[in-house]
Amino acid sequence: MRKMFMMLSLLVALSLVLTACGGGATTQPPAATEPPSAATEPPVATEPPAATEPPAAEEVTLTIESWRNDDLSIWQDQIIPAFEAKYPNIKVVFAPTAPAEYNGVLNTKLQGGTAGDLITCRPFDASLELFQQGHLASLNDLPGMENFGDVAKSAWITDDSSDVFCVPMASVIHGFFYNKDKFDELGLAEPTTKEEFMNVLQALKDAGETPLVMGTADQWESATMGFQNVGPNYWKGEEGRLALIHGTAKFTDEPYIKTWQDLAAWSTFLPEGYEAVKYPDAQSLFTLGQGVIYPTGSWEISLFEKDAGFNMGIFPPYVENAGDTCYISDHTDIAIGMNAATAHPAEAQTFLSWVASDEFAALYANALPGFFPLSSAQVTLDDPLANEFLSWRQQCKSTIRNSYQILSRGEPNLENELWRVSAGVMNGSITPEQAGQEIQDGLDQWYTPQ
Amino acid sequence: MQQPKRLSRFPVHIAVFLAPAVLLYTLFMVIPLINSLRLSFFEIENQNQLSFSGLQNYIRLFKDSNFAPFFWRALRNNFVFFAVHMLVQNPIGLLLAALLAEGGRLRNFFRTIIFMPTVLSVVIIGFIWQLILNPLWGVAESMLEAIGLGAWFGPWLGKPETALVTVALISVWQFVGIPMILFYAALIGIPDELTEAARVDGASAWDIFWRIKFPLILPTVGIVGILTFVGNFNAFDLIYTMKGANAGPDFSTDIMGTFFYRTFFGQQLQLGNPTMGATVAAMMFLIILTGVLLYMFLWARRVQTYEL
Repeated sequence: MRKMFMMLSLLVALSLVLTACGGGATTQPPAATEPPSAATEPPVATEPPAATEPPAAEEVTLTIESWRNDDLSIWQDQIIPAFEAKYPNIKVVFAPTAPAEYNGVLNTKLQGGTAGDLITCRPFDASLELFQQGHLASLNDLPGMENFGDVAKSAWITDDSSDVFCVPMASVIHGFFYNKDKFDELGLAEPTTKEEFMNVLQALKDAGETPLVMGTADQWESATMGFQNVGPNYWKGEEGRLALIHGTAKFTDEPYIKTWQDLAAWSTFLPEGYEAVKYPDAQSLFTLGQGVIYPTGSWEISLFEKDAGFNMGIFPPYVENAGDTCYISDHTDIAIGMNAATAHPAEAQTFLSWVASDEFAALYANALPGFFPLSSAQVTLDDPLANEFLSWRQQCKSTIRNSYQILSRGEPNLENELWRVSAGVMNGSITPEQAGQEIQDGLDQWYTPQ
Repeated sequence: MQQPKRLSRFPVHIAVFLAPAVLLYTLFMVIPLINSLRLSFFEIENQNQLSFSGLQNYIRLFKDSNFAPFFWRALRNNFVFFAVHMLVQNPIGLLLAALLAEGGRLRNFFRTIIFMPTVLSVVIIGFIWQLILNPLWGVAESMLEAIGLGAWFGPWLGKPETALVTVALISVWQFVGIPMILFYAALIGIPDELTEAARVDGASAWDIFWRIKFPLILPTVGIVGILTFVGNFNAFDLIYTMKGANAGPDFSTDIMGTFFYRTFFGQQLQLGNPTMGATVAAMMFLIILTGVLLYMFLWARRVQTYEL
């Protein structure tokens, strides 16, 4: 009996320990790939460097919270020195967190009062919530804010447009990369319509190539690089996006079904076993020259230019019929705001005004080709591919991903659902019509059109 | 005036010896656990105010169409995950232990090799197996082709029908060393006299194993079973590493751990919901507690333990 009792207590203890672990010890998971900021190869995230010189009198140090650990060296070597040269009494420290952990870590820091002075803002609701909780300061009166148009500010403004709380930094543009050498070899031209696109895919397949590079294992590629890439041409960009918010359009409507039908049609041109192909696999497949066309976005530029051993070209998402107005997803992705509890509001505002300046726009856009400044500044880019992406803004109308504003506030979460059904359509496990129905049913559960 | 009896004096030394462990354990395990259970009875309102909501969260978990289907699917998947371990991992562990207990020159070598994956990081395991099974450049396909079974290969990790079992088998591969070592330790503890006597009586090796050795290690069989149960219902890391928090494709690899993570911490645009997360964690605790109690009253009490 005594032995029995010991065993009992041992087991209860064991289950306690293990469940406690299950409940609480999961805060440091390995970073998952996440769109669209994980494209460049991640340099090892090191501790933020301490200020090199002992602070002189009246010298102020500002800390930037960010999820862009990929950009650490760019901030340290290019952006911050340029700022410090201009404002020698302000020191800036860039202190990034792993992308997948950023939102959670930042919330904890803000609540505990240990967050940095400047906060890198996710688009839409994550930042809006921080503002509503009083963690982000209103920036309506910030000098330099006048450099940004309404679309640029749309991701960091209250629903009634009364308060803007982050300075927009960059957007990413969706499109298709392709292997120019292979196109030349087979005498193919950049497709502009759906028909031409499908013909090119067929021609590549007949030539024994893998026409289209993409996998569905990580799910988000199907939604972000498929659905949100070619979809705007069907739902007419902003018009369709706002119609969803106002309730005058539904995901069961023709434009959405057509978009998913396209994804289903793509699937016969994908690499063997694409259901288990992950994002880095697809990137490697393309840069190794084993696949010809890669639907993605401008954030891939630096990695692809470094790794690909062939001439690369890009073309914008195809339109349905020749002569249609084209739309591109020019997605507002990153901004920066001020911690409302900062001890140095004046210096933080100085920095933010500088971020809103033309000087920063040029610096940032050239340091990170593929991340395009949102200010109205005329920026000259050195990178030819980045320039070509940017030129689409003149030919086509810009829009953002339709799941980001307002529509992902409830449960089930629209963005997650789009990932799931778009991957399902490409895997052939659900039909485009089912996908539309499931998305609309989910949205109807909680969303009242505004 | 009579001295108080020696026996009734408070045994101070026991308290002193227990204190460090009790203190640490309470501080880092019991309090967080109770706090987590407490959190499941609250809701977060505006301005991060907690307000008591009774069993509301549990009702949502079982009734709400945003939670109930996910909960039941995660629970079902978790039972499949557990079943694969019970049917594959533990029998193989027993077989390996029986072979190792027979002796042989390479015994230590194999024991080490088979146990090795257990001490590797799950991240490494997930990475290696994703490479092996990768349909683009994995070795699995060419190995199957070499023995003429190339047609059997498929993107197993990417198909809703096969993904869960594939992940479970990878977990089996990693952890098979644990039941093996436990069974092995129990088997070599059986005195030779017993098996020798049986052999003299004319029993075959098969009979000796099933009629003498196996009944003697039954308590270990139970321990292995309950360890597998507790481990599987807390599993999270391998699936998170290989399939992400969305446990794709189409949530086919979603188990309680990933469901908890998504609910508590959020995912991409989905914001985290700490109180519902705590509710899921409380259910995980209850499930494991139930399993452990069933084990103790239905198994551990009935199994005869022999002093050898």
